[in-house]
Amino acid sequence: MEKAGVFINNKWLVKDVSLEIEKGKIITLIGPNGSGKTTTAKMALGLYKNISGKVEKFTKKIAYVPQKISIDWTLPIRVFDFMNLTSDLQEQEINEALEITGAKHLLNNDLKSLSGGEFQRVLMARAVAKKPDLLVLDEPVQGVDFTGEIELYELIKKISETLKCGILLISHNLHVVMSKTDHVVCLNGHVCCSGTPISVANNKKYQELFGEDVSKILSIYEHKHDHKHGVDGSVEEN
Amino acid sequence: MFDDFFIRALFVGIGMALVTGPLGCFVVWRRLSFFGDTLAHSALLGITIAYTMEINIALSVFIISSLVALMLLKLEKTTNLPTDALLGLLAHSSLAVGLVVIGLIATIRFDLMGLLFGDILAVNVNDIIIVWFGGALILLVLKLIYKPLFASTVNYELAEAEGMKPEKVKAIFTLLLAAIIAISIKMVGLLLITGMLILPAAIARNISSNPKGMVIYSVIAGLMSVLIGLFSSLQINTPSGPSIITAGLILFILSLIKIKRSSQLKS
Repeated sequence: MEKAGVFINNKWLVKDVSLEIEKGKIITLIGPNGSGKTTTAKMALGLYKNISGKVEKFTKKIAYVPQKISIDWTLPIRVFDFMNLTSDLQEQEINEALEITGAKHLLNNDLKSLSGGEFQRVLMARAVAKKPDLLVLDEPVQGVDFTGEIELYELIKKISETLKCGILLISHNLHVVMSKTDHVVCLNGHVCCSGTPISVANNKKYQELFGEDVSKILSIYEHKHDHKHGVDGSVEEN
Repeated sequence: MFDDFFIRALFVGIGMALVTGPLGCFVVWRRLSFFGDTLAHSALLGITIAYTMEINIALSVFIISSLVALMLLKLEKTTNLPTDALLGLLAHSSLAVGLVVIGLIATIRFDLMGLLFGDILAVNVNDIIIVWFGGALILLVLKLIYKPLFASTVNYELAEAEGMKPEKVKAIFTLLLAAIIAISIKMVGLLLITGMLILPAAIARNISSNPKGMVIYSVIAGLMSVLIGLFSSLQINTPSGPSIITAGLILFILSLIKIKRSSQLKS
């Protein structure tokens, strides 16, 4: 089994983070703003040159959905070109990936013309199409409408099951994430607490960090939807 | 066939356009227009060194331009100055040092105008070989690094996270820019090199909707500039280098019509 193991120890932005991402598991990073979630993800990806501690990668097949992406519009680039940015995909693979994130109709659109939510779906599709061993998602659903958000989280769960890849997920949307994840790491400049979703939700430190009311909502969220919505809002039968 | 100076000029011009087209796209995408300028300025120092040490001009220019480029990469990391300030610093100081060195070696008479604007009509068969052989090599390397270079142009962190080694390809691309300046300095001169890099790409940007299309249009625009520029310089007896760039400018203005049309279509 290929493991993407990460052991990080950074003094400045975030300190003494140790975690291991196994194939087929979803690890979620939560924490308040500035607690080092993104920093941790970037360390895992090897984007920082000088870190203390050690990061070990066991795979090169990595896909990354960054939190913010700024693209220079001097570049003429369509969704199709963007999908192939770091890999050579068959047209069919591209179509399939766009289909499952609900962005198929955007294939020939200029990247510039997409809305925030559409762009996020394309970013997800690109990461999925790469069929990675390690998938790092930094707030992957921001700007996506609420039902789309839940669909995308369902999709993340599905990806980890079908592709058997390790997923490192960052989210501020705690209540949706919690029910889908195997392991939660709560950060606040350091590892505040970690474990299964329920154990974290019940953890004193965690409750101090987010307030008791918030933390109570978290673990109970379960959503049953008997129909699906198309991207344009139309109802699709399951 | 190469006896005629005009045929030689055509061959050199076409060879150059084939290379500056694709390279120019990346110059525009990566916002390196001023960087090309800086390298071109530093080429003057390279030329004077070539004369004093009696070595090949292209080689000397390539070495000096590469050194300046590496210095820039180093300064970017070690100082807090913005890149455009560093570029200005390097451009003007290397140009100044070049002129000082020319002044010191009074024994050599320079045709400064020739250096600044080049003389594509004075090229010999050797120059043709250098442009075509060097150009082919540049294009080959560019093709090899195309994917990672493009990916890191779109988004640096994404490319790095997914194993595309953006820092390495950036350095290689910089060397390619130094190389094209080295092989074309004699033909179009240092003031017009950036024009040949930017104009075709700018024309192409106006009329293309995807990256590959832009590269192809850029080559076509470069070729048309060279052909129109050279033939009209022959007809109306104007300096050929500037004529090529002027032809490019006219094409650019024409390409604006397409933008106007498509934006009208949208509204």
